[in-house]
Amino acid sequence: MSKSNFSRRGVLKTGMVASAGLALPQYLRADGHTGFTNAPGDSEVILGFNVPQTGPYADEGADELRAYELAVEHLNGGGDGGMMSTFSSQALDGTGILGREVKYVTGDTQTKSDAARASARSMIEKDGAVMITGGSSSGVAVAVQALCQEAGIIFMAGLTHSNDTTGKDKRANGFRHFFNSYMSGAALAPVLEAAYGNNRKAYHLTADYNWGYTTQEAVQSSTEAMGWETVNTVLTPLTQTDFSSYIAPVLNSGADVLVLNHYGGNMVNSLTNAVQFGLREAQANGQNFEIVVPLYSRLMAKGAGANVKGIFGSTNWHWSLQDAGSQAFVRSFGTKYGFPPSQAAHTCYVQTLLYADAVTRAGSFNPCAVGEALEDFEFDGLGNGPTLYRGEDHQCFKDVLVVKGKENPENEFDLLEIVEVTPAAQVTYPADHPQFAGGALGTCNPGA
Amino acid sequence: MDQFILQILNGLDKGSAYALIALGLTLIFGTLGVVNFAHGALFMLGAFVAVTVSNLLTLSHKVVDNTRTDFLGNPLQVDVPYLYDLFGQTTGDAIIDWAVPISIVIAIPIMVSIGFIMERGLIKHFYKRPHADQILVTFGLAIVIQEIVKYFYGANPIPTPAPEAFVGSFDFGVILGFDPNAIIYPYWRLVYFFFSIIIIGAVFAFLQFTTFGMVVRAGMADRETVGILGIDIDKRFTIMFGIAAAVAGLAGVMYAPINSPNYHMGMDFLVLSFVVVVVGGMGSLPGAVAAGFLLGILESFASMSQVIDILPGINQIIIYLVAIIILLTRPRGLMGRKGVMEE
Repeated sequence: MSKSNFSRRGVLKTGMVASAGLALPQYLRADGHTGFTNAPGDSEVILGFNVPQTGPYADEGADELRAYELAVEHLNGGGDGGMMSTFSSQALDGTGILGREVKYVTGDTQTKSDAARASARSMIEKDGAVMITGGSSSGVAVAVQALCQEAGIIFMAGLTHSNDTTGKDKRANGFRHFFNSYMSGAALAPVLEAAYGNNRKAYHLTADYNWGYTTQEAVQSSTEAMGWETVNTVLTPLTQTDFSSYIAPVLNSGADVLVLNHYGGNMVNSLTNAVQFGLREAQANGQNFEIVVPLYSRLMAKGAGANVKGIFGSTNWHWSLQDAGSQAFVRSFGTKYGFPPSQAAHTCYVQTLLYADAVTRAGSFNPCAVGEALEDFEFDGLGNGPTLYRGEDHQCFKDVLVVKGKENPENEFDLLEIVEVTPAAQVTYPADHPQFAGGALGTCNPGA
Repeated sequence: MDQFILQILNGLDKGSAYALIALGLTLIFGTLGVVNFAHGALFMLGAFVAVTVSNLLTLSHKVVDNTRTDFLGNPLQVDVPYLYDLFGQTTGDAIIDWAVPISIVIAIPIMVSIGFIMERGLIKHFYKRPHADQILVTFGLAIVIQEIVKYFYGANPIPTPAPEAFVGSFDFGVILGFDPNAIIYPYWRLVYFFFSIIIIGAVFAFLQFTTFGMVVRAGMADRETVGILGIDIDKRFTIMFGIAAAVAGLAGVMYAPINSPNYHMGMDFLVLSFVVVVVGGMGSLPGAVAAGFLLGILESFASMSQVIDILPGINQIIIYLVAIIILLTRPRGLMGRKGVMEE
């Protein structure tokens, strides 16, 4: 007579063990035989696009998402190929990445660090994303970058301009193509000196958060180095909508230049208020009063309307660039969507191609192999001229554009004109520069 | 001294917006007993009436200009407003330039209608519910409204300039004998201040000197007795809701040139306006107006760099700090009535 091994307790135990096994995150299942997080199967690879789909930067996020979709289309062999034909590497052939069809999932950062981490975590753990990219805020970028480091995922940052992203908060698994505050200051200073002279007194209004601090520090040190004096620096709350009480005292402060270290809605409102208070027409210290906006975005410039006319700033990229890569991207994006891409769209598209290219050259999705392929990688044809992805801090070094609000725009997109393409050498700094001090890149984490 | 006057002037226009929104909030609370968290959304909708009118006035047809190219290198399609075809370019431009003042006329019936719909369609079902339920439902409504606006207009601010005649600023300081540039004040903000004074005056006059207003005031004081006298007070209160919506909407229309409208602007003002109502005294119309201007001016003073240097961060908490002090010393607010929200 055989004795049955089935018992109520045994069934429960077995069931619980089986359930626990099934409930384990997908990346743990992948780890066992590949050695890194979320190793893709043979047929497809999933990328995670984490952009602001709600909140104040939703329009910028929507443009980023359009660029990502376009990049996926091109990687999979669709469309006209965009920048893949101008990219110096030529490793990508339109058959996906390493022969796998590229699929994607999206998350909503809401421009909040907690929400961004939650959506990135979900894409990694539930959807099996092998790479996370996106964002329109430095706070979000730093938070998601740290998460990706812990999870063993590559993070290709979107629009993030704070020095800290590749400074004190840099991570081995994180890479930034976008320029930074230091580069804005270094590019702007000579142009400002040529336009306004070196005998100027600057008044800074600065958004009271990480990006504002690094941008003020960068612009202040660059302009002071050429002889400008800083008469006052005032922090403004990030939630401020009416800047009149901050703008009103400026004209009577002894300053003759107002630097608005603001972005997004803050920039639109503070610039609008400054123009309303007559700063553009005013005279101070025997000179015309001037306004400077260190970081420009075409989408934001549109919000400020005619107020941007004649005002200097810097930008990572602009659709009017005439190089083959930019033209290919603008043609591709403009034909698909009916309007030119923003700088946010450009950097996100480029980051996706750079990731795919690095995987292809490395012959592996392993984040450490990908990171190695990206480090000190030199490339061209992606819209910013010859570019270096520096291994020491994972920051791209390339030309920076100094732009000015256009006096006589010919159409609704024609808001900024490029006044100077600042060579990469002029905005390059040592990795241990004081503005980037603290923190360490650490070692790559494959996640296994 | 010049800085003192400058910050008072700055506070006046900010206070005007607070006062107008708080006035509407108090009207609704005083009549219907509803704490309306969707009131900021009405302010935002007013601003978007100005945006919409501006868009309608610039409705255009395309004309191909073969001498110029677009960003893709194709012949440029130039937008020509239909107003040019109807009235010629000079008159068309003048009409477009005055989009915001034109919006005031259009906003009144639109905002009153929105107020009616909001009150009859949703809020009336919550009259007998606890204030917490009213807050939740109106806050939810505010989110729905702002998401609808974002869907149609996007998340970025939309520039809506004042008429050319009111662009720029004047040197107020020179008139008062100060140095040039000491007190600069934009024309449109001055217009906004006087506009708000007119609206506030009109609301008070309406309540004080008309039979309708007298009945409403009586209803605010003792709703049941007025009802026993055979007066349909609910109908009048619904009309007051429409008027309150129009006041908030007009405040939004006129605010559009000061800061480019965006879907979130209502929320930016809502919390501060509630603080204004509480500081002024729940249910007190003069209190709401007085507190609006008071807190607007104090907020301006707290933003001065000399003040921030001594008290860092004071600019972010001043309104709440003053609210705490006032409520500790006068628990019913500046002009609050006994018995309001005390049961």
